[in-house]
Amino acid sequence: MNVEERVKSFILENFLFTDDPAALGEEDSFLDKGIIDSTGVMEVILFLEEEFGIKVMDDEIVPENLDSVRNIGKFVASKTAA
Amino acid sequence: MCGLAGICPVNNPQADAELLRRMVARLEHRGPDEAGHHVDAQVALGHARLSIIDMAGGRQPIANEDGRIRVVFNGEIFNYVELRQELRAAGHRFATDSDTEVIVHAYEQWGDAFPHRLNGQFAIALWDEARRRLLLVRDRPGIHPLFWTHRDGRLLFASEVKALLPAFDRAPALDLTALDQIFTFWAPLGERTVFEDVQALPPGGMLVFENGRLRQRRWWEWTFAEPGDYLAGSEADLAAELRQRLTEATRIRLRADVPVGAYLSGGLDSSVLAALMHELGADLRTFSIGFEEKGLDEGDYQRLMIEHLGARHSFLHTDNADVGEAFPRAVWHGEQPILRTAPVPMLLLSGLVRENGYKVVLTGEGADEVLGGYDLFKEGKLRRFWARRPDSAWRPRLLQRLYPYLDLTQRQGQAYLQAFFGQGLEQATAPWFAHIPRMTTTAHAKHFLTGEVRARLRETALDGLQAMLPPEIERWDPFNRTQYVEARTLMSGYLLSCQGDRMLMANSVEGRFPFLDHEVIEFAGRLDPRLKMKVLNEKYLLKQALCDALPGPIVDRFKQPYRAPDIPAFFGQRTPDYVEAMFDEGTLRDYGYFEPARARRLLEKARRGRASGYKDNMAFVGILSTQLWHHHFVARFRDHFHAIPETVRKGKNERGRTRKEFHSGEFSVHG
Repeated sequence: MNVEERVKSFILENFLFTDDPAALGEEDSFLDKGIIDSTGVMEVILFLEEEFGIKVMDDEIVPENLDSVRNIGKFVASKTAA
Repeated sequence: MCGLAGICPVNNPQADAELLRRMVARLEHRGPDEAGHHVDAQVALGHARLSIIDMAGGRQPIANEDGRIRVVFNGEIFNYVELRQELRAAGHRFATDSDTEVIVHAYEQWGDAFPHRLNGQFAIALWDEARRRLLLVRDRPGIHPLFWTHRDGRLLFASEVKALLPAFDRAPALDLTALDQIFTFWAPLGERTVFEDVQALPPGGMLVFENGRLRQRRWWEWTFAEPGDYLAGSEADLAAELRQRLTEATRIRLRADVPVGAYLSGGLDSSVLAALMHELGADLRTFSIGFEEKGLDEGDYQRLMIEHLGARHSFLHTDNADVGEAFPRAVWHGEQPILRTAPVPMLLLSGLVRENGYKVVLTGEGADEVLGGYDLFKEGKLRRFWARRPDSAWRPRLLQRLYPYLDLTQRQGQAYLQAFFGQGLEQATAPWFAHIPRMTTTAHAKHFLTGEVRARLRETALDGLQAMLPPEIERWDPFNRTQYVEARTLMSGYLLSCQGDRMLMANSVEGRFPFLDHEVIEFAGRLDPRLKMKVLNEKYLLKQALCDALPGPIVDRFKQPYRAPDIPAFFGQRTPDYVEAMFDEGTLRDYGYFEPARARRLLEKARRGRASGYKDNMAFVGILSTQLWHHHFVARFRDHFHAIPETVRKGKNERGRTRKEFHSGEFSVHG
């Protein structure tokens, strides 16, 4: 699985409690759809740090990096490329 | 404090006497000291008594001089001493020293207006034989419960729903609208209960059953002064008046023929009560509970107060597993789904009180609602301030000042906090505006309901709330609107019931609530809301009123809400068997409320230790408690409500005490 697939599967399992890939689009905003709130974002960060071995800095905790499967995919790519 | 039950009209005195005994037997935990029954050709009244005032003479039902007015009653009339004097002067003759008898004569004297004369906490059933009318009355804020059902032209009523169920031929069904309301406000609204066809008499409610007709009205309602009409006077004068009223409320709540203890959490409210009791010369016997989890424990502040007042104190340490283990009992006693485990420690704490030989405690509930303490009130203020300039970058930053005690806030980006608290900014004038973040978080539990359940929901929870708001709420200050919504939803339907009365009464302990004295409530309702919360300083006037009686750190401490471990209570060294049983795929499907696959995924997430937010915690506890509710009251209906309990078959034992209740909500997976 690539990064986006692994992220999507994590979100489906842990926030939507389903394995139906149709329940979440790659560009769906987690905030707009009420999928992830301020504590949920910590779960996402923990997952990213464990799964991809990156460190998320406090100033990186912004929707541009974390608010959709696609955004996270790009964010992880930029962190792992660095 | 006690339990009551009754039937009107009686069809067959012999059969109904038997039914009444079975009903009262389910209330034995509320009143283990003695049981009383009265059955005649028209009415059946039953009572399970916890003796507190006039130990010898207070047996119920109690009647007037000619036996034509009869009362069963759960609660206390704290001003009974003054009322008895007044009624004696008006020519009434008293046969006992009990507060119950005051009700009978007060009804004779003042008719249906009599509850206005009572200062107390009560659920009353009164039979007026001459007029063949039955009156049910409930206290103003809803401290004591009273439920009823109207079946085949008869009214059956009782202190708890479990005492009505012996009259049901079939297992009750869950009222889905009530479940939806609980998964929004933590409580069903108004007269609705989670049991279909069972109604609650709302706080401040009166029901008259006469000539086969039911009439209901509210004899008391929360009300607030409009801007411009607030109490005049300097801050110091108003603080002095508040202190005087609280002192009086505490003084009359120390009236009892048994010793009175107090809960002491280390927070401001219970510390205020302990200090007032101390001033009034009461022997200070206090009780508290502490938690394993860091951040939830208030031990340091408790110790400070104990030393300050020289209290004799008992402390109960609970670990997470204790909470998990006692959870099914809490649902049995609470009789409705809950979103938090917070009632469980209260159940264990009342057990500690009882073990120490006490059956009455003063407790601080109501201070936050009446005098403006909750974080939700602060959130509401900040969010309203923000809503006036929604594009401001600076205003939402104030939110970070709200929750320094939570570890959670460490790494929550500002953007996420803003997104959460910024919900519904466009509804800044709605009476439930301050409640929006809590409602959305709670409503996460609805995500697990089956499609079929969701399709059957006709009215939204907010429709239900809207329908019960008084028209004048529009003219109140937004802070007061929030107080009103809180008092009529979570406080009466959850805090005082599932977490209050039921958890106290499960161990035959009576709680008394000085902050919910109606004279205190009505005084606070006329205060300028800025005195209740000054900018973001909660319960400001209360602190001004009592600061010289309390150690500085208690007054200055940052308010910490009472919380208990939620998910961690169920996944420590071992998970209780019932958790797996209630989340079993087949059981979930049989009970039919939740999508089995989804609920199982939440269970697995919780088991992995990855369910950390409020949303998941509330959904998990909500699902588990709904399943347990179904288990106790539906799946095992025959065993629990149609088997003949021990107490009925064998009667009383040699010490005159009835035997242990045949069922107290212990869970048996295979039983």
